[in-house]
Amino acid sequence: MLQKSIFLNRSVKIFLLSSILAIAPAIAWGELVIRVTQGNDKPTIVAIPPMVMAGAQLSEDISSIIESDLERSGLFKVVPRNNMLSFPSDADDVYFRDWRLLGSEYLLVGAVTKDDDLIELSFSLLNVNAQNTVFKHSVRGTENQLRDLAHMASDKVYEEITGIRGAFSTRLAYVTADQVDGNFVYKLNVSDSDGARERLMLESSEPIMSPAWAPSGDELAYVSFETGRPAIWRQSLVTAARKQLTNFRGLNGAPAWSPDGKKLAMVLSKDGNPEIYILDLTSNKLSRLTRHFAIDTEPTWEPDGKSLLFTSDRGGTPQIYKLTVASKAVQRITFRGNYNARPSLAPDGRTLVVVHRESGVFHIATLDLKTRRMVELTKTRLDESPTVAPNGAMLIYATKQGDRGVLSAVSLDAGIKYSLPAKSGDVREPAWSPFLR
Amino acid sequence: MNISLTKLGLPVLCLSVLLAGCSSAPVDETTSTIEDTTVQTASVEMEAEAAPVMVEEIEEPTNNAATVFYFEFDKAILNDETRAALVEHAQFMMDYPTTIRLEGHADERGTREYNMALAERRANAVKEFMVLQGVAGSMIEVVSYGEERAASFGSNAAAWSMNRRVELK
Repeated sequence: MLQKSIFLNRSVKIFLLSSILAIAPAIAWGELVIRVTQGNDKPTIVAIPPMVMAGAQLSEDISSIIESDLERSGLFKVVPRNNMLSFPSDADDVYFRDWRLLGSEYLLVGAVTKDDDLIELSFSLLNVNAQNTVFKHSVRGTENQLRDLAHMASDKVYEEITGIRGAFSTRLAYVTADQVDGNFVYKLNVSDSDGARERLMLESSEPIMSPAWAPSGDELAYVSFETGRPAIWRQSLVTAARKQLTNFRGLNGAPAWSPDGKKLAMVLSKDGNPEIYILDLTSNKLSRLTRHFAIDTEPTWEPDGKSLLFTSDRGGTPQIYKLTVASKAVQRITFRGNYNARPSLAPDGRTLVVVHRESGVFHIATLDLKTRRMVELTKTRLDESPTVAPNGAMLIYATKQGDRGVLSAVSLDAGIKYSLPAKSGDVREPAWSPFLR
Repeated sequence: MNISLTKLGLPVLCLSVLLAGCSSAPVDETTSTIEDTTVQTASVEMEAEAAPVMVEEIEEPTNNAATVFYFEFDKAILNDETRAALVEHAQFMMDYPTTIRLEGHADERGTREYNMALAERRANAVKEFMVLQGVAGSMIEVVSYGEERAASFGSNAAAWSMNRRVELK
């Protein structure tokens, strides 16, 4: 008991906090390794004692998954398991003083029980200072859905404390490029948003580019060079079945799903130079949207499905333009600097994320479409391919560390950062899934 | 004397006969026996000597001009070296009709899909120049690889300059 009072000592607390930030736990599954490099100044401290199933060994450490989720958001700091004085699994077993001593603001307790073929995870969030229960919730699934249940608990805690919908139950698609015995190997992978359960969708000796999630979360569209030329393909995440959608001469690139999932905007240069087209996936009908000798590329849809934002150098250098689908009218959107490309809209509909070049260095920047204020989010160089989480809280982009391609994450206020290098080779072109059900 | 003349005359005859696709060589009937042998020997020798000439005629024509062309940052303009090499390639293609593939590349800076378009612009610039020289456009396929197939890895100016290129294959 006396030993534990050490934790009341301020300097030790600060040491613990900074050591957590500096040492940065590295967690690795599949090809991605996650390293938190910068967290919030005043994170909310939460304690999550182990959640177990009585009399049985679980294949996953549920508390650990929730701890990683919350820390990765940068808004939370977790109490190390070694410092815990007790392991309650229910609100009734909680002795609040133990947790006040650890400086914990919230406590999440829970347990797993078996219910025929299903597993049930019940958990309660408690406010340590107020000494009450904030909520009690339970989720059910099969035994191989343990990670999904843990992420659902993370979503609930995150949403309760921040007021923002949690995006821990989402997925990432990304491309890796490596050289094996002198041969190029390109892979398209999908993983959980924490890098776990990596699944190989396509392996090729030819490049793969531009993965894009269908709004349903069930399919990906991407560009593959496997036929000797770039072509657009679609692939089901449920059956893994693939279908080639285009085979035109010239560029076939930058596929972007419409919000209703029925159309794909794309770039084709078959008519002389890169233009934006829309392919109706039901009728297979192709409509041409731009008619200009400049490069028009990288289309992305507005949430109402009536306009597209795209990159064009019709003004001399790449800038972002808006195209109204019905009238084909084009309006310029970016004016600052001489390179703005790869537009993507945050879910709030008013924050435009772009790749912006300033003094020769490529950064990810946001442009508030209402106030016209532009903010550079990243301090890394050679940044590209930003993808925003469906809750708008974080974005992941591709960059380089030395000569290696890595993924990096940053919150949209630039306060939180973490990096995701691949274990071997380069990783690039991240795409964050929509909310999944 | 007859023999020596025959020796001289026959190889040319044999050569032209062989080129024309015929197999028999004319023989002087009065001195047939001796001349037959001589002719046979001579024609064998001459055939052996003629063979290298034959091989040279069938051998595939080669072109030693450069097949990789480099570009400045953000530009699709052909420099003088490129133009000179392309003039040679164009002439060669008009003499010996063949199809070629032009592969365009860009360095890693900037976004990937925009770089696909930039690399295609470079390959198209090469194609247009060759078409201006007289090559039929249908003989030239253009494929862009953007920044996806770097020739030199490294995030520095030297590597980047090696990657801004069009390859003729």
